[in-house]
Amino acid sequence: MSETGIGAAVRRKEDRRFLTGRGTYVDDINRPNQTWAVIVRSPHAHARIKSIDTSAATAAPGVVAVFTGADMQVGGLPCGWQIHNKDGSPMLEPPHPPLVSDKVRHVGDQVAVVIAETRSQARDAAELVAVDYEMLPAVIDMREAIKGGSLVHDDVPNNTCYDWELGDKAATDEAFAKAAHVTKIDIVNNRLIPNAMEPRAALGEYDAASGDYTLYTTSQNPHVIRLLMGAFVLQIPEHKLRVYAPDVGGGFGSKIFHYAEEAIVTWSAGKLARPVKWVADRSESFQVDAHGRDHVTHAELALDKDGKFLGLKVSTLANMGAYLSTFASSVPTYLYATLLAGVYTTPAVYAEVRAVFTNTGPVDAYRGAGRPEASYLIERLVDRAARETGISQIDIRRRNFIPAEAFPYQTPVALQYDSGDYNATLDEALKRADFDGFAARKAEAAKRGKVRGIGFSTYVEACGIAPSAVAGALGARAGLYESAEIRVHPTGSVTVFTGSHSHGQGHETTFAQIVSEQLGIPFDNVDISHGDTSKVQFGMGTYGSRSLAVGGEAIIRACNKIIDKAKKIAAHVLEASEADIEFKDGQFTVAGTDKKMAFGDVALTAYVPHNFPHETLEPGLDETAFFDPLNFTFPAGCHICEVEVDPDTGVVEVANFTAVDDVGRVINPLIVEGQIHGGVAQGVGQALLEGCVYDADGQLLTGSYMDYCMPRADDLPSINAGTTTTLCKHNTLGVKGCGEVGAIGSPPAVINAVVDALSELGVTDVPMPATPQRVWQAIQAAKTAAAAE
Amino acid sequence: MYEFEYHRPGTVADASAAVKSAADGRILAGGMTLLPTLKQRLASPSDLVDLADIAELKGISVAGNEVVIGAMTRHAEVAASADVQSKIPALAQLASHIGDPQVRNRGTLGGSIANNDPAADYPAACLALAATIRTNEREISADDFFTGLFETALSDGEIVTAVSFPVPDKAAYMKFANPASRYALVGVFVAKTGGDVRVAVTGAGSDGVFRVSEMESALAGNFSADAIAGIAVPADGLNADIHASAEYRAHLIGVMARRAVQAAG
Repeated sequence: MSETGIGAAVRRKEDRRFLTGRGTYVDDINRPNQTWAVIVRSPHAHARIKSIDTSAATAAPGVVAVFTGADMQVGGLPCGWQIHNKDGSPMLEPPHPPLVSDKVRHVGDQVAVVIAETRSQARDAAELVAVDYEMLPAVIDMREAIKGGSLVHDDVPNNTCYDWELGDKAATDEAFAKAAHVTKIDIVNNRLIPNAMEPRAALGEYDAASGDYTLYTTSQNPHVIRLLMGAFVLQIPEHKLRVYAPDVGGGFGSKIFHYAEEAIVTWSAGKLARPVKWVADRSESFQVDAHGRDHVTHAELALDKDGKFLGLKVSTLANMGAYLSTFASSVPTYLYATLLAGVYTTPAVYAEVRAVFTNTGPVDAYRGAGRPEASYLIERLVDRAARETGISQIDIRRRNFIPAEAFPYQTPVALQYDSGDYNATLDEALKRADFDGFAARKAEAAKRGKVRGIGFSTYVEACGIAPSAVAGALGARAGLYESAEIRVHPTGSVTVFTGSHSHGQGHETTFAQIVSEQLGIPFDNVDISHGDTSKVQFGMGTYGSRSLAVGGEAIIRACNKIIDKAKKIAAHVLEASEADIEFKDGQFTVAGTDKKMAFGDVALTAYVPHNFPHETLEPGLDETAFFDPLNFTFPAGCHICEVEVDPDTGVVEVANFTAVDDVGRVINPLIVEGQIHGGVAQGVGQALLEGCVYDADGQLLTGSYMDYCMPRADDLPSINAGTTTTLCKHNTLGVKGCGEVGAIGSPPAVINAVVDALSELGVTDVPMPATPQRVWQAIQAAKTAAAAE
Repeated sequence: MYEFEYHRPGTVADASAAVKSAADGRILAGGMTLLPTLKQRLASPSDLVDLADIAELKGISVAGNEVVIGAMTRHAEVAASADVQSKIPALAQLASHIGDPQVRNRGTLGGSIANNDPAADYPAACLALAATIRTNEREISADDFFTGLFETALSDGEIVTAVSFPVPDKAAYMKFANPASRYALVGVFVAKTGGDVRVAVTGAGSDGVFRVSEMESALAGNFSADAIAGIAVPADGLNADIHASAEYRAHLIGVMARRAVQAAG
């Protein structure tokens, strides 16, 4: 292995730029004659707009224009995935205009845009826009919403977007009929606010001479934004619309979606023939960046007398918020229920999911998207089943694991796992966590007045999203391949154009390692270009841990095309048959001879083709590949958490955290470990700290860091992260993806540890986030119940 | 932020005059509450009078059995002061846990107590240590200074110049931090000076910082955690929010008070 090739812990080359303040983010970009936009947002969760008076704002100093929904008559923001109801009818898709005219449906809903010479002037004027609201009752709780008392959208009965099912209901009922034991759970997967470090921003520009539009935006998938906004909202064809997402400071899913502000600044720039810039302030980020999770679920697990799982029944309410965001509909269906078999051989699974509109901000994919909801449900249920049956947490899992020799394994909920070894990850995690020493650590903690617990999570997820054929059959309105272009320059250096987008993942390093290894050229001779639709041929972007498994494979395939072409050139120059040319370590050799040619010489010859046989050999060395995977990838792992609870205050401290993940082949272990650390931090955040709270009127109570608790360094122990490896069977690299596993595997491990710690006090359940108050209340409730017996 | 006139006087007298003559003037100390409020357009004062250049408001001194801290002394300076650490270590410890490093290097003692945020730490120290608040006009006992939520005895144009803390025999502060903001959800400062014990609670009271007389008299007789183990603070009149109910806060007052007594030794 070279120092910069596949498997090397190369330090991220982009970090020097970021750490020295030389990144270029959207907010760093300013265009000549630029104006500033401020969005007038609804202060109410639900109200009819009786009138909007923009006259005072229009007359305010520096104001260039004020637009309302009446002015901006464009298409609605589209939803990219159509889900069908149990009866086969399509889901209900109410209109989602960038600026609303009829009524506001959540706090922060867009009512008007004020555009002025400066941001301060736009802010001042925005306060002068007078909106006359007629208040309507807000519906916040999903369990109330499905009763249909107050409707978020007048033509969506019972606020139900869809009522969907997956799995064999009859077979599952049969499994329950013969069960020796049934374990039940009612569980809430708490709503989260994404909190990327960089707030969203958008800058629209219009060139009146060419008719070309440019949108600079904080996006994880600029080509997708170009397609959605161009085709569905503003009717601008692709060749007249450039979307550029430069350095982006974190997304976690929240920057996948096409947002109203992108359309507003682009449309306004066209109307005014001046650049229009909008930058979210942090309060706006809290309100209108799509939130994550928010499920309410009842589930039951049927077991036989030996603790083997026979069947699983799941009924979930999934909050969509007030409008369908870009991929919202797919998250609680095909990214959730398809994972409900988990790592277990459960033969029968049936899930039903109702997606519900409420007067809250839109909810969509957030790191893990559906899979954390599935893993949390399964692993909490398995933990409880172990407690109820008296089987150990480890044994109940081993008894039900899909065995290593059973792959490829077809689950009863559509997916076919290609590879894995769940006992191996569990074994490695038990060793790393020093499971044998837990009893001594628990006894020592007790001397300090702390109750210590240990919790397990053995999860699987599906990422590397996705085979287009499968996605299409399930209702996706887009393909999910990726593209790469390798442009070899005359002196042998290489620019890689990838449709993946890096917003923290380190693609500039990882992808350069792959190309360096594949082409046998120095790491520093490879540059990665992404994010600009005017440079990159096409792309579906970065989410669902797909960059390496899909985007990386496209790069490999483009490299292979380069090698094939280069062999033709080498064969010509070396006067050999193409079939006799071998390529290794950057050298083209004629088999069985000492005749050879370096990669750089081939490149130069490609661009100086003085004696090429032009009818059979084209000049140049530049190749493009599109790759559409045959299957999802299936990372899996075991997370073990130890917590100490202060029973007097309810404070939970994460004492140890061990994460052993099988992410397939590791290209850069440093980056993988960083991804695991970040994912675990977010998972611990969900388990213990983070919870989005609206009051009954739909006001966001957790609208700032004063009330929304993000994990900080001192909330986390030093994470003990390791990997085991089974290779993915359907990409050349054997990679599976590591971006989301930390957030998928960790929450149930944390909560199971808290429940384990408190079990000696009679506690059987603690909701997420397990804040000190909630833990204390759970202890008090258990004491009260014990006293009553 | 809305526009305002900015003043940076060199003396307390000039500062006081500037505030009094403004239509709606505000004094700017460390700005840890005021500046975010302005940025969010939640306040629109006509004038800001910045105390940063007034040398007489800065510094820490020991005079007899008192530690005197200038109003514009930063939390980090109080935390690092050898005088405070040796005379009233509980006060240095309190200062070292306010906010984060940025806040501790900008926020000031005078700004904190003049703002009297119900979840701030310093008001508990002032009340428990029976401090005297010095202003440009008079001296006010801590018992009279904190009058309600964000309310103090300060009159218009009156500026805190220093706080004088009597040195106690024993003292300790225990804070239970709000997990999100890390302000005090409940903070209890216990101080024993001669036969006098004072227990002051911040973060919990719906009227701001308050004393727990039942605990004080129990501890005056027997300064031990056991002495207050049976004393339940009623939940009535305590704050309730998404982070902590009044009942939970009442419970935490007991836990933090016992831990403070143990820590005081």
